[in-house]
Amino acid sequence: MKINIHKILQAPSIILLLLWMIVPLGMTLYFSFQRYHLLYPERSGFAGLSNYDFFLTDPALGVSVLNTLTLVGGVIVISVILGLGISLLLQEAFRGRGIIRILLISPFFIMPTVNALMWKNMFMNPAYGLFAYISEIFGLPVVNWLAELPLLSIIIMLSWQWTPFALLIFMTSLQSMDQEQIEAAEIEGAGFWAKFRYLTLPHLGRAIGVVVMIQAIFHLGVFAEIYVTTGGGPGHDSTNTTWLIFKQALLAFDVGVASAGGVFAIIVANIIAFFLIKTVAKGMGK
Amino acid sequence: MIIGYRNMKRIKHQTTVLACCILAVIFFFPIFWMVLTSFKTELQAIQFPPVLFFEPTLENFSIINENSDYTKHALNSIITSLGATALAIIIAVPSAYSMAFFPGRYTKDILLWMLSTKMLPAVAVLMPIYLLAQWSNLLDTRIVLIFILAMMNLPIIMWLLFAYFKEIPKEILEASRMDGASTMEEIRYVVLPLAWGGIASAALLSIVLCWNEAFWTILLTAADAGTLTALVASYSMPEGLFWAKLSAASTLACAPIVVFGWFAQKQLVQGLTFGAVK
Repeated sequence: MKINIHKILQAPSIILLLLWMIVPLGMTLYFSFQRYHLLYPERSGFAGLSNYDFFLTDPALGVSVLNTLTLVGGVIVISVILGLGISLLLQEAFRGRGIIRILLISPFFIMPTVNALMWKNMFMNPAYGLFAYISEIFGLPVVNWLAELPLLSIIIMLSWQWTPFALLIFMTSLQSMDQEQIEAAEIEGAGFWAKFRYLTLPHLGRAIGVVVMIQAIFHLGVFAEIYVTTGGGPGHDSTNTTWLIFKQALLAFDVGVASAGGVFAIIVANIIAFFLIKTVAKGMGK
Repeated sequence: MIIGYRNMKRIKHQTTVLACCILAVIFFFPIFWMVLTSFKTELQAIQFPPVLFFEPTLENFSIINENSDYTKHALNSIITSLGATALAIIIAVPSAYSMAFFPGRYTKDILLWMLSTKMLPAVAVLMPIYLLAQWSNLLDTRIVLIFILAMMNLPIIMWLLFAYFKEIPKEILEASRMDGASTMEEIRYVVLPLAWGGIASAALLSIVLCWNEAFWTILLTAADAGTLTALVASYSMPEGLFWAKLSAASTLACAPIVVFGWFAQKQLVQGLTFGAVK
């Protein structure tokens, strides 16, 4: 009797998530072997591996995978290093620290679309952006950020948003550090680096793992920032795998090829997740 | 002259404080500037060199307010965020309760599997979801958004609630059972009051994530169910033309959730890390 009631209690969440996963996944897999073009509905039927062939031989694929990795890696490295540094600075107690902290974490709550449009118009616009203004003051050439350095521009936008996230987690984690241990180390004559290397870093191991993993999940699917700024261009310079597949699906209307791309994206995500969990588990094992 | 230890410490303290202030200004500056721009005229907004002092105008806000679109988009954001969060919580509470207090052989595996659904790239299932929504005439409706956002946040909420319920001592539940409480009464009168903090932090996190979600909200909505993220995205096309109005719209779109985030930051950390970082 008891067991039945718990099956009933657990069923909705498990069944819904299972449907949410299996149905679209199955359809993606099915479509990936079909000829399915929204503009040419008369062309249908089994396509064999031709969708995969088309997607995998697309010269943009290699670029987009590389861009995705650069994007994910770049943002994670920048946000973890900055987040670590700032969280250590904020260890110092002073009046007004609460306000400083609130100002520092605010970017995390900004919508991705607002974030990207803000940077695009406010800073990176070559005609009236603040970066252009600063360049002019110092007599430097004006950079058209989104056209010349599109990927870096997006990395900057994302880092601005996600450094506060890393900071938030590190600050919380640092609060639980053993103060007596630190004092003991100081009495022993440990300098800043020694304390950082042997006390702070190991303590933060788990927090860093969490930050890296959550960011990887979010940044593998970066979409809005590209959608409202570069549109994946110029050329394929800021196309990530998400954007490449999106383009096949909703701009080229080719469901078959887009689905083959989707299967590819799932495989890539799983490989990255596998390595991540392995590394993170190692980091947390200490 | 030798600088004393005390002085050294003071200099170090002051440098640190100064560095924190500078960093805070840098990180907050874009938001500040956006809010500032929302009070400028369109001409001032793209003036070069940029203007810092000017006669503020509320024109942008009144234009956006008059534009009934804004209210509609805001309402859509509120309804979908709250709706999806409520749905996910309602589904998750009984399950998490049952898994936390009556774990089966596969409970841990089920939880891990649930989390792994978050690893599934959204774009990989874009076409199926799009077509399913189209076939069932749910494209551009709030219902489909509520369902999708709920499914996206369900794994995180499950983990969070599971972690919170685990911390409730089993003895309390056993005592209530001795008094003859049914399972539903147990959840209603014992578990819910005790885990209120955990449920609240799960809900807060879910609301923030829903509010800022910008894949499905952009791709599955148009005129009817468009949320604020979609509204802001729609401004991206005419390059810089409406920068001041866009700033006003962005300010209105972000202000609620940013203020919300300020108050909820502690709970959000617990939510984001499944309580693993304390």
